[in-house]
Amino acid sequence: MQIQTEDWGMVDYMQAYQRQRQAVDAVIAGGPERLIFCEHPPVLTLGRMTRPESFLFDKEDIQRQGIQVEAIDRGGDVTLHAPGQLVVYAVMDLNVRGKDLKRYLKQLEYVAVALLKDFGILAISVPGKRGVFVDADKIISIGIGVRKWVTYHGLGINVSTDLSLFRFIRPCGLDVRMTTMNKALGKAVDMQDVRTAFTKRFLEAFRS
Amino acid sequence: MTNIILPELGEGIAKATVACWHAKPGDRVKAGDEVVEVVTDKATFNVESPASGKLVSIAVAEGKDGAVGGVLGTIE
Repeated sequence: MQIQTEDWGMVDYMQAYQRQRQAVDAVIAGGPERLIFCEHPPVLTLGRMTRPESFLFDKEDIQRQGIQVEAIDRGGDVTLHAPGQLVVYAVMDLNVRGKDLKRYLKQLEYVAVALLKDFGILAISVPGKRGVFVDADKIISIGIGVRKWVTYHGLGINVSTDLSLFRFIRPCGLDVRMTTMNKALGKAVDMQDVRTAFTKRFLEAFRS
Repeated sequence: MTNIILPELGEGIAKATVACWHAKPGDRVKAGDEVVEVVTDKATFNVESPASGKLVSIAVAEGKDGAVGGVLGTIE
């Protein structure tokens, strides 16, 4: 199966969201699956399961500090995107890969753990807490949407994200600290290297 | 009458929460329209109408859990 890789660079969240919907329509129409990379200016996105207590500040206060707040059709609670976080949108056709949401989410977690291992970071997925952790700190968030068994949304890989931006929320409704690849390694990781390594691991997992 | 059924979503998934109905009772829908969105763990899933007609009833309201294989609503 053909998987087309794209890099959208730094792009406004809602603009990327519209492009993502078009990509979903194209895959539903029989086009190639897509693996899309991008980064977003600071934005808090509210998944369908967002609880009010996940916000530690008034939304208006947060927006006044230049951070967008957007409600979207993704599973999960609130999450943050910001520069330094590699956002991965995977538009995959589960009609031909087995209609199993849990299996697909596990595959994404497996790819995420393998990616971090490539960089010498020992990470784990925790049952009941979707995402990937280094010790108790969350490093990669995962959340997907599905239309006609075609997936969208995906992962947020914190490479060099400004962690102070997470102070506004309880990420994913959890009382967890966030971390980055830079912090875990104590040195700067190149975003392009992360994209390259992720692509390799992702294609290994899904090109079969 | 045709029921809108919550489909199998994957191994070990027995239920999902209705997040949002895209139609209300009385609305006309077409077969294949996404009529209701459910959430499970970290995924949202759009359930399609199995038939064209009028949505006559909603069995599982927003915020409530539906069982896999169970009725979410009815089309007439």
